[in-house]
Amino acid sequence: MDLNYGAEYEDFHKEVQAFCKEYQGVSFKSESNDNNMSDALSGSSATKKSKKEVTRSEWQQILIEKGYIARAIPKEYGGYGGETDIIKSRIIATEFSKAKVPGGMGGQGIDMLVPTLLEWGSEEQKQKYIRPTLHGEMIWCQGYSEPNAGSDLASLQTKGELIDGNWVINGQKIWTSTAQYSQMMFCLVRTEPQAPKHSGISFILIPMDTPGIEIRPLVDMTLKAGFNEVFFDDVTVPEENIVAKRGEGWSVANSVLGHERGSLADPNATMNRLNTLINMMKEQTIDGRRLIDIPSYRDRLMQVQGKVMASQAHSLRLLSSKINPGQNVKLGGMIQKLVGTELRHELEGLAIDVLGEIGTLYEDSPYLKEDGSFQFTYMYFLGLIIGGGTNQIQKNIISERGLGMPKEPKITEAS
Amino acid sequence: MFFGLSEEQEQFQDYVKKFLADNVTVDEIRKIANGEDEALAKEIYSGLINLGINALLVPEEHGGLGAGLLSAVAVAQGLGSGVGPIPFAGAYVMAPIAINLAGSDEQKAKYLPQIVSNETKFGVGLSEYVAAREDAGIDLASGKANGKALFVIDGDEADYFLLSNKGGVLFLVDPKDKGLEITKLTSVDKTRSYLELNLKNVAAEVLPGSENNPEIAKKVLDAGRIIFAADSLGASETMIEKAVSYAKERKQFNRVIGSFQAVKHMCAEMASDLEPCYAMLWQAAHSFDHEPDEARLQACQAKSHISEVAKMVSKKATEVHGGMGFTDLLGLHYWFKRIGLNRQLLGGPELIREEAAEIQGFNQ
Repeated sequence: MDLNYGAEYEDFHKEVQAFCKEYQGVSFKSESNDNNMSDALSGSSATKKSKKEVTRSEWQQILIEKGYIARAIPKEYGGYGGETDIIKSRIIATEFSKAKVPGGMGGQGIDMLVPTLLEWGSEEQKQKYIRPTLHGEMIWCQGYSEPNAGSDLASLQTKGELIDGNWVINGQKIWTSTAQYSQMMFCLVRTEPQAPKHSGISFILIPMDTPGIEIRPLVDMTLKAGFNEVFFDDVTVPEENIVAKRGEGWSVANSVLGHERGSLADPNATMNRLNTLINMMKEQTIDGRRLIDIPSYRDRLMQVQGKVMASQAHSLRLLSSKINPGQNVKLGGMIQKLVGTELRHELEGLAIDVLGEIGTLYEDSPYLKEDGSFQFTYMYFLGLIIGGGTNQIQKNIISERGLGMPKEPKITEAS
Repeated sequence: MFFGLSEEQEQFQDYVKKFLADNVTVDEIRKIANGEDEALAKEIYSGLINLGINALLVPEEHGGLGAGLLSAVAVAQGLGSGVGPIPFAGAYVMAPIAINLAGSDEQKAKYLPQIVSNETKFGVGLSEYVAAREDAGIDLASGKANGKALFVIDGDEADYFLLSNKGGVLFLVDPKDKGLEITKLTSVDKTRSYLELNLKNVAAEVLPGSENNPEIAKKVLDAGRIIFAADSLGASETMIEKAVSYAKERKQFNRVIGSFQAVKHMCAEMASDLEPCYAMLWQAAHSFDHEPDEARLQACQAKSHISEVAKMVSKKATEVHGGMGFTDLLGLHYWFKRIGLNRQLLGGPELIREEAAEIQGFNQ
C-alpha cells in the first residue's frame, strides 16, 4: 500500500491547489440552458453569488488551457495535447471537489462522442466535430433508446436507407436528454435490416436542424423536461455522416457505454453531498433539538457515511488498478453504476426523512433547505437507477460477466 | 501509488487459504467444533503457526516480522475464508500491539519474543471496556483485580489474559492465579473459544503505558475490530463463491438455478456490496499505521459497515443453497456463525456507529 502519488506529482499538486484557491467561489453568468440543479448533482457550488463571474464557455477555455480537462486530446482537435495521466486526473478531481470549484462541461458530446470519434472517427470527422464540442459550442444528444428498445437496445428499429449518397432516416427515439439544446445527435440506426440484430446497426451523426426532425419534451417526475422524444420523418443527412463502417454501430456505441456507466455516480460528488447533509443536520432542529442529536437519524447518517467511505476507498483501488497493470479488479469496475446510484439515492432520501415535512417542499416554496436539492436529487437518481442500463440489467451483467453465471435461456417465441 | 495488498501480503494470504483448503474440510471443521479431535485441532494450529502468523506484528528487534496491520488483515481474510479454527485477533494482533505500545521495556523484552517462539499465548478480554453486560467489569486497585470479564477470546490454554478496566488500563493476569476462575461459554461459532473469567484479588501486571493514556486501549480495540472485519470479509467471500458454484450446478425445472434471474440477482447483490469492502478494509488498516487522524473513524466504520454487508451475504448465500444451506451436512453454517460472532465482538454495528459519531463530535 502506497498512497503517495510520488515526488514527480508534488509540483503539479501545488499548481492545482493554487488554481483552486484563485478560483474558489467562481460563479457563472446565467446562460439560457443552465440547469440550476446541476451543482447539487455534481456536489459543487458554483451558483453561489460571488465576485468572480465567467461564462461557462470562458471557464471551459481556461480549464483546457491549463490541461485540467481534455488533457490527452491532441491540440489539433482543440484539446490540451498532453499525455493521459490518471494520477493527474485524480489530483484535479480531488482538489476541485475539495475547493468546490466547478469542473468542466460534461454532457453526451464531451463524455461520449469525443472519445468515440477519437477511437472510430475519420480524420475529417475529428477535425470537424471535436474542437467545437470540447469548447461547448456544439452540444450533442444521444439517440439510442426507442419506445420498444430499452434494456434490449439492440432491437432498435429506427431505419436508415442510403439513397443517392444520403442517409434517409425514419423512426423515433426516446429518453433523449438535451435534444432541445443540441446542435447534433449521434444516433443508432438500423441500416442492414437483413443482418442479425447486433450487426445491422450503424452510428450516424445528425444535425438537429435537419428538416423532418420533431422534438417533443418528455417531462419527468422532477417536473423538469429532462428528456425528449425525437421523431424522424425522411430526415436526410450526407453519407459521410456515418462513423466507422455500416453495421459497426453496436461496437462503436459499446466502446464508450462503460464510460458512461462509471461516471454516473462520482464518489467525490457523493462525499460532498454527505458533508452538505451533515451540516444541514447540525443546523436544523426539531423542538429545538439538532437533527444530528436524534439517535435514530444519527445512526442512519453513520450507516450512509460507512457506505460513502467504502466507495471512496474503492475508487482509490480502481485508480490503482489503472496505473498498476496486473492488479485485477474486473468485478470492481462493473459494480460502480449499481452501487453508486443506489448510494446517492439513499443519501438524498435520508436527507428528506430527517427534514420530515420540510423535506416534501419543492420548487420555490418557503422553508426550502439547500434550494430543494435533496428532493430533486432523490428523484433524479431514481432516474439514474433506471437509466444508463437499469440496475437490474447491471445485476445481469455482474452475475454473467463478473461471476460467470449462465444467461437466462432465450424464449424462442415470445407472444 | 499502489492501493491494495502487496504481492507478499497476497502470497501470505494464499498460504493461509491453501493450508486451510488442504487441511480443513467441512468434516474436519465439524470434528474440531464438536471437540471430537483435539489432535487434529493442534495439528492445524501448529501448521498455521509454522506459517508465522504469530510473529507478524512483533517488531523485528524482538524477533518478529515487524509487519503492519495490513499484513495481519491479509491473514485474517484468509482465516475467515476457511473458518480457521485458531486464535488470531486477540492472541497475535491485539496482545502484541498492546504490549508493544504500553509495555515497559522489560515486559516487551519478556513477552514479545515469547509470542514469536509460541511459548506464550494471550487470551484477550476487552468486552467490558466496550460495553459491559451482565454487570461484568473489573476493578483494579493496588495491583489486584476484582470482578468479571465476559466473552474473552482466544483464551483456550492461554498463558496469560490481557484485560482492561473501564478506564482502559490494560493488565495481564496469570490463569494459574488461585483467585481466577475460568468458565467456558458456548457460542454459536464453535470454531473459536469464548470464556468467562471471575477474578478475586488476582495479581494484575499493569502495562504501564496504558495507565494515563486511554488512547492505547482504543488503539488495541481498533486493531481487533479491523481484524474481525477482515475475518468476516474472508468468510463472506467464501460464502459467495460457494453460492455461485452451487447455483451453477444445481438443476430445477431442467435448468441450473444460476440461470434464474432471481438467483443471479442475489449473487450480484452480494458481490456488489462486498466488493468495496476490500478497499475499505485495506484503507482502515493503512490508516491504523499511517494516518492517525483518520484511523479511529476508519476502524469503526470498517467494522460496522463490513459487519452489515457480511450479515446480508451470510443470509443470501444460505438462501441460494436452498434447503441444503440450512443443513449441518453442508456445513455452510460455520461461515454464517463466524460472521455472526465477528459482528458482535468488540461492539456490534449500532454501538460502533455511535462511537464513530462521537469521534466526529456529532453527538453533543
